[in-house]
Amino acid sequence: MSTTPSPPPTTADNETTRGPRPADDLRQQVYDSPKEKAIEYALGACALVSVLTTLGIAAVLLIESIPFFQSVPLSEFFGETRWTPQFTEKHFGIWALLSGTLLVTVISAVVALPVGLASAIFISEYASTWVRKILKPGLELLAGVPTVVYGYFALSFVTPLLQTFVPGLGVYNALSAGIVVGIMIIPMVASLSEDALQAVPNTLARAAYALGATKYEAVVRVNVPAAFGGIMASFILAVSRAIGETMIVTLAAGASPKTTADPTEAIQTMTAFIVQVSKGDTPQGTIEYQSIFAVGLVLFLITLAMNVFANRITRRYQEKY
Amino acid sequence: MSTNEPTDDAPPSPPAPSPASADEATPDARPQSTRDDTPPADASPSAEPSVEPKLNIDDLHFWYSDNHALQGITMDVQPNKVTALIGPSGCGKSTLLRCLNRMNELIQGTTLEGTILVDGQDIYAEDTDPVMVRRRVGMVFQKPNPFPKTIYKNVAWGAEINGYTGDVDALVERSLRQAALWDEVKDQLHTSALNLSGGQQQRLCIARTLAVQPDVVLMDEPASALDPIATSKVEETITELKKDYTIVIVTHNMQQASRISDETAFLYMGRLVEMNPTDELFTRPEKDRTEAYVTGRFG
Repeated sequence: MSTTPSPPPTTADNETTRGPRPADDLRQQVYDSPKEKAIEYALGACALVSVLTTLGIAAVLLIESIPFFQSVPLSEFFGETRWTPQFTEKHFGIWALLSGTLLVTVISAVVALPVGLASAIFISEYASTWVRKILKPGLELLAGVPTVVYGYFALSFVTPLLQTFVPGLGVYNALSAGIVVGIMIIPMVASLSEDALQAVPNTLARAAYALGATKYEAVVRVNVPAAFGGIMASFILAVSRAIGETMIVTLAAGASPKTTADPTEAIQTMTAFIVQVSKGDTPQGTIEYQSIFAVGLVLFLITLAMNVFANRITRRYQEKY
Repeated sequence: MSTNEPTDDAPPSPPAPSPASADEATPDARPQSTRDDTPPADASPSAEPSVEPKLNIDDLHFWYSDNHALQGITMDVQPNKVTALIGPSGCGKSTLLRCLNRMNELIQGTTLEGTILVDGQDIYAEDTDPVMVRRRVGMVFQKPNPFPKTIYKNVAWGAEINGYTGDVDALVERSLRQAALWDEVKDQLHTSALNLSGGQQQRLCIARTLAVQPDVVLMDEPASALDPIATSKVEETITELKKDYTIVIVTHNMQQASRISDETAFLYMGRLVEMNPTDELFTRPEKDRTEAYVTGRFG
């Protein structure tokens, strides 16, 4: 064919260069091929891992805490203010641990929410490109510091520092631990809030400027309210991270469960108690050992509730810009 | 303008070419009444000497980094008129508009030379605050961009940040009435502005701008994102507004320019080719390029 002279060259050339067309047979099973199916199932299996893990954890916590609640009635668990599983006279009042957790969480929120939001606003709205290029990785670095390092930072730097102007502050105290947990969650607040602020279309800020707004007014009275849903979600996620934080409070907050609202006292959080029991020599099957599952269950329910709440908030305040 | 009249006689209230008789009759009544003359006869284009221009633009150059976008624009904008800026894409008309209230400064890496006077005050002078300029010269954007707040708060927003001490309810109502939106939204003032249709949102943005009580309202293709019915409502609103405001409007739509504007400036490649009363520019253009553009031979 290729040797035929000029007259019909166009079609001939096309056929030789093109070869058989791929879609000649429309009945090939490409869309439903085994390969496509295999990929779909593999991806689905990966997605299932986290769901199944969560369900597994919930199931273990529930089942393992049944024996505990058989010997400790709920009325004691929620009605008692002392938590003394290691004493001869045992008391299991969750408030002693819960108040420690709440104290640390509140202190950390007081530190992290304003600072984190302010950093987010600065990075998103004020910083020049190169400042942003330095600040963002800096924040991410802060997020990458191991919590055990934070724990010793609290114990050996922040506590001595606080002791210089808080008289009578002990070596272990909720204040120092709370502040450092706060520092730890700043990057989370900052990064998620910054994403929320970036998502606000800049046509809104431009409208504000055209109405004679200053930069501060445009940011605080237009952009921040428009990003409110995302900012709230970042707060809640960060707070639930603080509730679950373990290492810092184990190292710096002490090991004395007590129902108190005084941040200068040594306390024990729920997480720290679980660590103490599980790393110590408490024999399995004893009531102390069983108690950590009950405490874990409470912790799990609190963080679950916070996350559901965060989801609600984001959806509720989702601005349709 | 619900029944659109032929485009060549200029829009309703101040009949454009009905000449200067009133002007000569009452020469002493002029000084204090340049702005809100309701008998509009003396505001016709032929009466320039009596009216101080609202805006003077003198040898204005503007660069986006090294792109010379405006190359020596000189023009005056008359008070209580609608001035249209037309020209093909990229001719600099939106850039020029943004220069008039210093919105161009929000874009990084731009340079401006030349002067722009609003009522004789240099808006680019050392000691002029851009925030104050924008309170005097408001702007409505191409795409409706209401805040994700209630209708009421959208309108009250600018007034509140500018420290308005009067009756905010009354201001909101007046602004919405001026923007011809009041009747449609008066029962839902405290619902989200985002539930309004696109045309209503754009009129809300106009109301929001008016609530700051500017002298000049700049509009950057305010109807280009709207359907024809919403467009005609916005155009009606604009025509109403020139009683109280000076309006500069950028438009791609030449029918729109001829329907609503009193004067038209044709820009091409960053230069002002021709500026004339709208009916003249569209029927007897001075320059060949203007004629080619308005008759649709290029652009």
